[in-house]
Amino acid sequence: MTITLVMCFIFVSACIAWFAEGIKENSGRYVALLSMIAISIYLVFALLLSESSVDYSQLQILTRLPWIAHFNIEYALALDYLSIILVFLTLLLAVICILVSWHEIKTKVGFYYFNLLASITGIIGVFTAIDMFLFFFFWEVMLLPMTALIAIWGHENRHFAAIKFFIFTQVSSLLMLVAIIVMSVLHFQQTGRVSFFYQDWLALDVPFKTAYYLMLGFFIAFAVKLPSVPVHSWLPDAHTQAPTAGSVLLAGVLLKTGAYGLIRFVLQLFPDASSNFAPYAAVLGVVSILYGAKMAFAQQDFKRLVAYSSISHMGFVMLALFSFNTIAYQGAILTLVAHGLSSAALFSLAGMIYKRIHSRHLPDMGGFWQHAPRMGGFALAFAAAAFGLPGLANFVAEFLSLVGTYQVYPIHTMLAALGLIGSAIYGMVLFQNSFQGSFPSTKIASFKDLSIREFFVCSLLLSLLIVIGFYPDLILNLFNHSHIAWLTDDVAGAGL
Amino acid sequence: MSVIPLEHILILASILFVIGFVGVIVRKNTLYILMSLEVMLNAVGVAFIGAGSVWQQADGQVMFILILTLAAAEVAVGLALLLQMQTRFKSLDIDLLSKLKG
Amino acid sequence: MDESMTTLILTLLPLYPLVSFLLLISLATRLSWTVAASISVGAMVLSALSSMLVINQLSVDTPIITSQLWTWFTLSPSEEINISFYLDALSAVMIGVVTGVGLLIHIFAAAYMKEDENFTRFMAYMNLFIVAMLLLVLADNLVLLYLGWEGVGLCSFLLIGFWYQEKANVLAARKAFIVTRVGDTAMAIGLFMLFKETGLLTIADINQSANISWNVGDTQPYWIALLLLGGAVGKSAQLPLQTWLPDAMAGPTPVSALIHAATMVTAGVYLIARMHGVFLLAPEVMGYVAWVGALTLLLAGGAALVQTDIKRVLAYSTMSQIGYMMLSLGAGAFSAGVFHLMTHAFFKALLFLTAGAIILALHHQQNLYKMGGLLKRLPFEASLFTIGLVCLMALPGSSGFFSKEAIIGQLWSSETAGPTLWWCAIAGALLTSIYSCRLFFLAFLGSSRFSVPLQSSSSKLLQLSLLVLAILSVFGGLLANLLDINLAPVFAKAAIIDTSTQPDWLHTVAIATPFIGIVYAWIYYANYRVSNHKTLVESHSVLTRFCQQGLGFDCLYHYLLVKPYCLLAKFNRRDIFDQLIMLNAWYVTLCHDIFVSSQHGKLRWYAAAIGLVTLLFLLILNIDGFGSEASL
Repeated sequence: MTITLVMCFIFVSACIAWFAEGIKENSGRYVALLSMIAISIYLVFALLLSESSVDYSQLQILTRLPWIAHFNIEYALALDYLSIILVFLTLLLAVICILVSWHEIKTKVGFYYFNLLASITGIIGVFTAIDMFLFFFFWEVMLLPMTALIAIWGHENRHFAAIKFFIFTQVSSLLMLVAIIVMSVLHFQQTGRVSFFYQDWLALDVPFKTAYYLMLGFFIAFAVKLPSVPVHSWLPDAHTQAPTAGSVLLAGVLLKTGAYGLIRFVLQLFPDASSNFAPYAAVLGVVSILYGAKMAFAQQDFKRLVAYSSISHMGFVMLALFSFNTIAYQGAILTLVAHGLSSAALFSLAGMIYKRIHSRHLPDMGGFWQHAPRMGGFALAFAAAAFGLPGLANFVAEFLSLVGTYQVYPIHTMLAALGLIGSAIYGMVLFQNSFQGSFPSTKIASFKDLSIREFFVCSLLLSLLIVIGFYPDLILNLFNHSHIAWLTDDVAGAGL
Repeated sequence: MSVIPLEHILILASILFVIGFVGVIVRKNTLYILMSLEVMLNAVGVAFIGAGSVWQQADGQVMFILILTLAAAEVAVGLALLLQMQTRFKSLDIDLLSKLKG
Repeated sequence: MDESMTTLILTLLPLYPLVSFLLLISLATRLSWTVAASISVGAMVLSALSSMLVINQLSVDTPIITSQLWTWFTLSPSEEINISFYLDALSAVMIGVVTGVGLLIHIFAAAYMKEDENFTRFMAYMNLFIVAMLLLVLADNLVLLYLGWEGVGLCSFLLIGFWYQEKANVLAARKAFIVTRVGDTAMAIGLFMLFKETGLLTIADINQSANISWNVGDTQPYWIALLLLGGAVGKSAQLPLQTWLPDAMAGPTPVSALIHAATMVTAGVYLIARMHGVFLLAPEVMGYVAWVGALTLLLAGGAALVQTDIKRVLAYSTMSQIGYMMLSLGAGAFSAGVFHLMTHAFFKALLFLTAGAIILALHHQQNLYKMGGLLKRLPFEASLFTIGLVCLMALPGSSGFFSKEAIIGQLWSSETAGPTLWWCAIAGALLTSIYSCRLFFLAFLGSSRFSVPLQSSSSKLLQLSLLVLAILSVFGGLLANLLDINLAPVFAKAAIIDTSTQPDWLHTVAIATPFIGIVYAWIYYANYRVSNHKTLVESHSVLTRFCQQGLGFDCLYHYLLVKPYCLLAKFNRRDIFDQLIMLNAWYVTLCHDIFVSSQHGKLRWYAAAIGLVTLLFLLILNIDGFGSEASL
């Protein structure tokens, strides 16, 4: 019941934040912040420090209640280390989101925090649901408040971006819905009983050709979310136009739902089909890495640049996952966490700069270091994380991904490694154009260094990046060989 | 008594109908459009009467009475709208009324 | 001293500068010069002392000291990547150079940068650089080495762009980082390949097991060695990735001395020496190493002949001296290469720092054509600079002489080098002495061609560090035997080059070459030497310009790589995939517009349309009707 409790609590506090804002100004953000901190602490105690030693290296079913009995749809939640890590990442970034929107949001404040927390509820649902109907339900729940966040509190071109985001996600998830329905029908044909339960599906014997198409249905939905070239183009618009917290949430967690879906559903439900498809997916991954890096270099908008860099980083995840290799898989998981932290940090930074100069345009910036040395230091560190400087989490993640992938696809890996050069180039452009050079004193009167709240956000993210960078076993230990037994089995079975 | 051939009646009705239709299309003034509509209705009426007399059936006359009442109702509603239009737009130009433009 | 104590000292070695870095960077603006300088220099003193201590502990009985901190990550059940240090004679030489020369340069920098408003930040970066460099040379596995490798790259970037308000410095920093990153990427691919083929990334294990798993001339060691060489040429500014080093002189002079002369740029040499187990199995790559070294030696020497900026002359000279080291490694004379690395660190740091002192005295004038006659005006600096140049030219007795002779002496009979490369080395030595003399004449002889009054620095710190470096440069050659004996076990696998069959005249030629160069320069550059004019005319011939601009490499890369990439980025700024997908949206909008235009709200048009369509239907029905009648 732990997760159910968490989701209910977050949703209730979302409603309270909305109403509280109506009663007393500025109370909504306190409600949101305190409730998120409280629930994070609760979850740490409930999952990690509790006496009962549940082994989360396998999927542990927490709740299983009938929901729509007629179609055998259940309310079923489960956890394993993958979902636990992603849930904690979500909660952490939720706190960051609330902190970065502290002074940024001025209109409809209560409704804003409602949407933010509702979206987080949906995301936690996505990471824990194992009834596919429920999964799809949460998938939509997470989407709607997110669209609202972009459409109501976004920047100048917000409506366009929100609609684009919505249509991309809807169209792709439609394919997934079809695949889900077909799977449940298949289950009916084979056992005489409709089921949407994930573990029932694992036991299902799907003919290869059908499995291939179903896998594609899921794959496309998750590839759009990841996102992978060529269906990435919602991301730069959505990221650029969203309010800071929206970008943080999008880059930090929403993209990870795509990767999570790939791991949990595409790879595990359709092992043969996906290993058959793997060469194409790997090519997509490599193209995403290089194309994302190249596009990032071309951008003149701070947030847009970071958005394209996200595409590049998610390409590593795609490549690593479809190489069916243990090291690469660990690298992919670590990339999820590392990128979640580093891109959240960069977007927060974009928000801080925007607050000061009311522009995201790189040519408007320059020489900020002189006025804001602390901010400059953090900006350098986060840019360094983006281009994979060793010592920060992203390096270990990329290194493991590439080492693992090299075992399977040497040529792909060599091309992907060129992304390291590309990332250095856009990292330099990002950092040098904004913090070095001469200060545009004609346009900008003053530039203040970080406030205490901003300093806290930056140092929290940076210290996590450094800790994971030097001690990645913190996360990797959870994904040892016993947990990913399915992976090695699959490789043997697929005869790659 | 010489019987008027059906063709002649139909030709007359068609001519009347076309005159009315052309009036509806080319006239801008709503009043004239209403009048043209009357012409079209009556053209149909002529056709019904003619057909009724040729086949010796009462149905044609029944239909004509129906058309007559329809025309009366239409004129009543139409003139009321016309008055409204005059008060609101100070004009009877039908092209001014294009609020339903897409 | 017991073992655990030694291990502890080794572990703490990089920690002092790290702590100093953290202190300085977090307290940045609040520290006075005295505090900041004593923290950073103090940390370096501790580091230097402890490195001396641990180096002393190395002996025949304990050739290796290791210290394992924690497991970084696990690649396979048998291969753990640790954060752990590995000290043998080779890394001992390196930490000696890094902490020793590093300390002296820190002392110099504390005085040199005293007036800079960002002094604290500068010293923090210098400390961070030392940390990264120590990690690089102490790493027991290639991933940790890569961490140090990238770390020094980042510090180099930060320090080149230290005066970041100048656009040129920013661009130089960016160039340095990206060009070396190209090499780093090659090296990273080399690591992937190494792990795939051997399942190992721990350096000692690889060197040990390399010749068990492969034979000489196999393809795997060939490619791995080639990729590692890629990393080495990037970091060490060798052909074809040498273009960043001259621009890197945009940084403050102590940076040029520490990073771009003494330590970081020799990391490539260290990498090849460290991975000699793999390189020895790929004789072709050893040949490439030698040729890369020889070509860089000659080209950079040629470019140094025409530079007008004193720091750029020294930068090209650094490239060409590293070319010597590469040549030596390629020939299989590993200890000679490492020896030259050490002596070069001494005398090049001395040259750079003295140049810095001269530049400071001349109010930031770096142009050689605006110097002249400094021998009388700045006798202290001039004599130290002369010592440096003597070492650079390898005149007998100087440290450079011993190390360069060690290299040249082994080239002729080496299997992977041979007489051609020997002649290259001799030509390089000739070039070296010519450009050194030119530099000397321009700066110190002739008439004074500057109008500003000299601002002689009286800082004791500055002079102290220069003096110590000068002493090291002069007497560094005496360490030759010590180094040879200790390095021999490290490079035990390398075949000893048999020099007994060499012709006797080789030695004479090698010793005589620098003097020929001096005589030539004495005659050819006579006007620099004796000129009494206030101005000297620079040569503007095409060849000179070509050499001045780095032999066209910059231009080549600009048109071959940078331009196309920028153009590609510019043309596709709108994202072609986005455009394609937005075609859908465009199509829907188009349909929308078409249908909307039919819904114009004009009642009479609606009526007309209804009428026409009805007519149309009637006609169609009639045609159908006739058709059906006909069929009946």
